[in-house]
Amino acid sequence: EGGGSRIECDYPTPSVQLDYETCPQTIRSASQSTLDPSEAKKFQLLANKWWDERGEFAALHSMNSLRVPFIRDNLLNVHGGRQLGKPLSSIRILDVGCGGGLLTEPLGRLGADVLGIDPVEDSIRTAELHVSFDPVLQEQVRYRACTLEELSEEEAEGFDAVVASEVVEHLADLDTFALCCHQVLKPGGSLFITTLNKTNLSYALGIVAAERLLRIVPSGTHEWEKFISPSTAINYALHAVKPREALQSDHAQPPPQPSQTEG
Amino acid sequence: MHCLTKALLTLNGGGRCYTGLTCLNGARALSRGFCNSGAAERGESNKNENELYDIIISGGGMVGTAMACSLGMDPNLAGKKILLLEAGNKKIMDKVPEGYGTRVSSINPGSANLLSGIGAWDHIVNLRCKPYQRMQVWDACSDALITFDKENLEDEMAYIVENDVIVAALTKQLDTLPDQVKVQYRTKVVKYTWPKSYQVADSIPWVQVKLASGETLQTKLLIGADGPNSMVRKEAGIPTVKWNYDQSAVVAVLKLSEPTENNVAWQRFLPTGPIAMLPLSDTLSSLVWSTSHRHAEELLELDEESFVDAINSAFWSNDNHSELIETAGSLFRTALSFLMPSGTSARQLPPSVAGIGPKSRVMFPLGMGHASEYIRHRVALIGDAAHRVHPLAGQGANLGFGDVACLTKVLSQAAFNGQDLGAMQHLLEYETERQRHNLPMMAAIDLMKRLYSTNVAPVVLLRTLGLQATNAVPPVKEQIMAFASK
Repeated sequence: EGGGSRIECDYPTPSVQLDYETCPQTIRSASQSTLDPSEAKKFQLLANKWWDERGEFAALHSMNSLRVPFIRDNLLNVHGGRQLGKPLSSIRILDVGCGGGLLTEPLGRLGADVLGIDPVEDSIRTAELHVSFDPVLQEQVRYRACTLEELSEEEAEGFDAVVASEVVEHLADLDTFALCCHQVLKPGGSLFITTLNKTNLSYALGIVAAERLLRIVPSGTHEWEKFISPSTAINYALHAVKPREALQSDHAQPPPQPSQTEG
Repeated sequence: MHCLTKALLTLNGGGRCYTGLTCLNGARALSRGFCNSGAAERGESNKNENELYDIIISGGGMVGTAMACSLGMDPNLAGKKILLLEAGNKKIMDKVPEGYGTRVSSINPGSANLLSGIGAWDHIVNLRCKPYQRMQVWDACSDALITFDKENLEDEMAYIVENDVIVAALTKQLDTLPDQVKVQYRTKVVKYTWPKSYQVADSIPWVQVKLASGETLQTKLLIGADGPNSMVRKEAGIPTVKWNYDQSAVVAVLKLSEPTENNVAWQRFLPTGPIAMLPLSDTLSSLVWSTSHRHAEELLELDEESFVDAINSAFWSNDNHSELIETAGSLFRTALSFLMPSGTSARQLPPSVAGIGPKSRVMFPLGMGHASEYIRHRVALIGDAAHRVHPLAGQGANLGFGDVACLTKVLSQAAFNGQDLGAMQHLLEYETERQRHNLPMMAAIDLMKRLYSTNVAPVVLLRTLGLQATNAVPPVKEQIMAFASK
């Protein structure tokens, strides 16, 4: 929660003002990097398991039936449909924390130009290997092993959309994340976040049930302390996007992005 | 089940456990992956490249060609590479030949809708087809009969179309889609190589199709439409429930004694098997006579006059009636006519036959078959490759067209969701939907066949009374017609 009126008045101008009062002061390292080494290590160990649909990442595979239509439909609302069969053609998307490319590939198949980044090099290798067998898809999808900060220094205002799916709960520093997104997004660009909510129920189901009892997700994947509530996510997201110049005014124009939280 | 996961998704604050159920579903499905597939190593294909298709359809019969058309015309699949492989020659028919083909199919409204949606129905109508409004089915061992007709006799119940006409019409429509669908005729497949169910080291993740010409093609999804002895199904090792009926069907074109409106399909159940007369035109009808192998061979050897006599006698004679059954039957009918005055119909007799058409009579064996799985990782079966039925209900082709409609819908949605077309998740939806529809139909057809294969008195009595009762209850008949029309 937090001051609701903040959204109206404190609209970000090109120099970003982050409102620390509304950010929960939980366990956040003071680093200026989004990379958390302990998190990276978790995924390193599982780097070759990404594409086993009944393996450790099965949950992410099945989530595609939710998150791909979500991203697709919202982008279509903003950009309008392009070619038949390639609804997202000529839309540039950045997939932050792409892992093995589970979400990157479907977006590429829909015609978008997708760049997937992940700090874990082995995951990127897995992703590149997987896409190498499909020459058509290889044209649409690229991968890079780097962090968002490293990329934001090079690609200013390069992307129509940034997707951070099941990522923000693994990051060290959300403020930096929001800043970098702001740098890489075009004016009028969209930011998509999917993550777990921070509630008692999400602890019961997302940690206890999913990790310990049913073993749907490998144990230790998530830390409940790092979950964020929808309002927190929206707060960060609002700081991350920027309006198209023509629309900028004193009153906030809610940017054309949805932030989705589940659980 | 898929719907269970969707139901759970609507619960708010449900955490992530809902995904668990899809995982279980997926796990069950993925246990059907190929354990020892001998997947080719990448290094083996040095050339750049074995061509990679999105979908290869193996088998260019009615159902395979319809599938190719349907996929080629789907907007969500625009830009995908689709290939149809057919072992035979291209069937071109600019004008209908004078003589009628002996193999015909009854096309129900659901199939007509599909064909119309893919633009082939217009070609069929321009070539040749015969709508009919009524169907009479009756017993040889009693007077029991059942008639089906639409309430408004102006509506067609179904259409009789020659199989050659259907294939030619679909081929013509396919010719208008050269950019979307490639077709290779006179192409035989000699080997299929299956991929592992998920990425393993350097193994090729696609299905490999080796042709007799030595060429190898790769595809993300293989659709098997190669008939009841499907090679795709066999090589995939999909277990099939099947049995022979110890019956063969004799087909011929019949010349009627005099021209008639001929908008009724007739079928009589003899103890040896059903004999059916399906309208082709005002003066011609198609014969489908299912009987024992030996009797079928005898029929083929008869001269024309004796053959015609045999047909007429099969339809008209009452030799198989027994007094007991007749009395019981007429008593029951009287009782019914009190309860439901409109529920009894007078038995009509089909037109008499005077001769047979110029093309020779043919026979083919009959059997039942059902693949226990319609899908595997990157494979789907449609048409007779998945299910084979007795012709007595005229449903074989219609079940196949139903498969085409369903699989197209599933693949279209998958493409719009950016999914890999060969993924099990949506193929399972196709299998579930079609098995739910096909299995009851197949069970009913098999049951009918067995019920009417005997002239043992109790069974005859049972089916006589049952048939009369069904005939007297319009809602039941409407349900039957609706189910058979989908």
